[in-house]
Amino acid sequence: MAAIRSEGSRPEPRSRVDVLVIGGGNAALCAAISARREGASVLVLESADAFWRGGNTRHTRNMRCAHDSATEILTGPYTEEEFFEDLLRVTGGRTDEDLARHMIRESKAMLTWIAEQGVRWQPSLGGTLSLGRTNSFFLGGGRAMLNALYATAGRLGVEVRYEAEVTDLAIEDGHFLAATLRSGERIEAGTLVAAAGGFESNIDWLKRYWGEAADNFLIRGTRNNTGAILRLLLDKGVQKVGDPTQCHAVAIDARAPKYDGGIITRLDCVVFGIVVNKHAERFYDEGEDIWPKRYAIWGRLVAAQPDQIAYVVFDARSLELFMPSLYPPIRAETIPALAEALGLDPEALDRTVAAFNAAVRPGTFDDTILDDCRTEGLTPPKSHWARRIETGPFYAYPVRPGITFTYLGTRVNRDARMIMADGRPSANMFAAGEIMAGNVLGQGYAAGIGMTIGAVFGRIAGREAARHARN
Amino acid sequence: MLATETKTSGTTAHHASPALAEADRLMTVCNSCRYCEGLCAVFPAMETRRSFADGDLNYLANLCHGCGACFYDCQFSPPHAFDVNVPRVLAQVRNESYAHYAWPRALAPLFARNGTAVALVAAGSVAAFLFGFMAFNDPAVMFGRQIGEGAFYRLMPHTTMALLFGAAFLYALIALGLGLLAFWRDIGETRRTLHDAGYNWQATQDALRLRYLDGGGAGCMNRDGDPAKDRRRLYHHLTFYGFMLCFASTSVATLYHYLFGREAPYPWWDLPVVLGTLGGIGIVVGPLGLLRAKAERDPAMRAPEGRGMETAFTLMLLALGVTGLALLVLRATPLMGTLLAVHLGAVFGFFVTMPYGKFVHGLYRYLALVRFARERKALHGPSPSAKRALAKPA
Repeated sequence: MAAIRSEGSRPEPRSRVDVLVIGGGNAALCAAISARREGASVLVLESADAFWRGGNTRHTRNMRCAHDSATEILTGPYTEEEFFEDLLRVTGGRTDEDLARHMIRESKAMLTWIAEQGVRWQPSLGGTLSLGRTNSFFLGGGRAMLNALYATAGRLGVEVRYEAEVTDLAIEDGHFLAATLRSGERIEAGTLVAAAGGFESNIDWLKRYWGEAADNFLIRGTRNNTGAILRLLLDKGVQKVGDPTQCHAVAIDARAPKYDGGIITRLDCVVFGIVVNKHAERFYDEGEDIWPKRYAIWGRLVAAQPDQIAYVVFDARSLELFMPSLYPPIRAETIPALAEALGLDPEALDRTVAAFNAAVRPGTFDDTILDDCRTEGLTPPKSHWARRIETGPFYAYPVRPGITFTYLGTRVNRDARMIMADGRPSANMFAAGEIMAGNVLGQGYAAGIGMTIGAVFGRIAGREAARHARN
Repeated sequence: MLATETKTSGTTAHHASPALAEADRLMTVCNSCRYCEGLCAVFPAMETRRSFADGDLNYLANLCHGCGACFYDCQFSPPHAFDVNVPRVLAQVRNESYAHYAWPRALAPLFARNGTAVALVAAGSVAAFLFGFMAFNDPAVMFGRQIGEGAFYRLMPHTTMALLFGAAFLYALIALGLGLLAFWRDIGETRRTLHDAGYNWQATQDALRLRYLDGGGAGCMNRDGDPAKDRRRLYHHLTFYGFMLCFASTSVATLYHYLFGREAPYPWWDLPVVLGTLGGIGIVVGPLGLLRAKAERDPAMRAPEGRGMETAFTLMLLALGVTGLALLVLRATPLMGTLLAVHLGAVFGFFVTMPYGKFVHGLYRYLALVRFARERKALHGPSPSAKRALAKPA
């Protein structure tokens, strides 16, 4: 790892750069590369070390870009209009239409631009069936993508400093002057690109909106997204955007580590069974719609349950119908024994399962379509894929809310320029990535869109920052 | 149940060794991630399974070319608590598998201290040839200048040479074959797959091109996560094709001898010498490059217990090349007798240690590729349920 550590090498102590990028993920690196290609001197401050660099980008896998025809890696066209409709649907209309359309238009060029920065796309393979047309996958995943971006940035002469935590920003009248590091060092720059992520790993901040429940949240990505830069910017007069309770949250295995469990703790078995809370009661329609359209609501659903815990219960027939996950399911020969193993009231779980089984109507099970297996006279219902839970052994996965990233951010315009609280654009401050995702994502999520926001606005922010700095 | 039981486990409770248990744990992590599925054959093969018994793991380990890309691409590699280090663990399993399938079983321990074992056999073999030559030859012949057709056989009769080396080679073939058969059975494969011309053709192409030593197109990573610094594929090609040219040279010479009655040494422009010279250069330059790559390899990815075996085999090839080329250059001088003894000793040592050293890696990998050819074909038309189980948005 020696060279990874030394990429961009130890910079000369310098008092001033054209473009200062705070953050080290996809958005930050796209901004740094784009600014450097415009001729600016660029310094990247990454708070993590070389291994943990890149924030949540390390855990990503793909990017959603519009394209007019099938390519080597994409199975069919995905027009700007269709992309926008998808965005409208998942956000329930809570998006800045002008900005969103601008992003989608720019996303078309990203397929080529990202590849030009050394990132390799991978042809859609078996594991990506439902996204093979809309999303482009990084060969080797997000860390491979980051490695390529860092290598390119290093070659271009971008300076990268690791473990460089920014503790203060000097901003006067919407004008960025300098950043102060934990070491006390002050770095002046012509322009600032803030690409330092959301605040999801700051449990105390989450508690402001979620109360003590936030203690039970698991953070799927980096522990470094404390929102420190977001906080500084908002406190110093940048206009905020987005609902602070909104985030990308899925139900993940409760046994996952507090941070950085990533993709492998996700569970895709909800549609095959029932989900009960700690009182062994069901609380939502597990078969409302196909899983790719519903997986991102279950984090919030579980967050609303007592102690933020739930259990997906299914039987032997469903065991191999979904992707394997990291931890084995908890297994028992009978439902009461399963309840014991989970620490639930055996009688209560037995009652819930019995009531569910009694409500299941006959049908033809097919999880590739909205089938006719449903319950009748049950509240809440299970609208599809309802099969009796009757063939032992029985299995369960405990699940908790897994937060991917938060949507509260800094408001920006089409140039990725931050908007100040009084509505005027900042002279020299830009933002990209999660820190401004709330401009596009008011709520909800569509796979790969976080990377689109990061790459598109990163590239724009870097370019605009460089032009401003050189004027 | 909150963030306390973060230790992960494998799919199968019982494994023959800690390395196999660790490989099971890693494949469980990887199978729930699959970000690396475009890098090589190991991950697509893994995806067709939900649990990993020892036979599966020995197959996957031999399918792994050790390219290293997955280590640098992985978000869970150390220092992450999940400690995912696929190149190292599969190298450990691979090394163990060579011993596990060795024939006869009594000689399996040769793999444990392979560097020492191979060095001793090689040294003993060279010494035996030197003493043999001196014992059976007049010093005037041994240290005199021998030229012209049949010069070599004045030191060792051709029939003796052919019988001795034929026997050594035959033994190696039998031992290798029985080991490979044990592997093939243990991974649950059939005679039918083994005899399928299509699978064998696919595997042959994959092996000849080292298709899976390229990180899925991005390149392999031997150190620093930088593909530009990795020349292992080139050096391996030089070594492999060099070795094959040497083998061809010997074969042509044998044909010359028996079919046309033409005896070595041959003139420099003749086919056996041209093939041998080119091959010799290959097995000198190639192994030197591989030794350098080994030395530079990221220590995190190394399986230290396999180091002796790898070095011994590489040095052995280098010795074949150097002694062969020296013999060619100096064959008209009084040094010829000594050099011939040394070269023949090295070749003999190489033959008898073939089944008990790194040489076997190519054969096990070839069989793993044959099996993968079958599995890949099956993957092209997955059943709807298999497709479902594979689908996973990020």
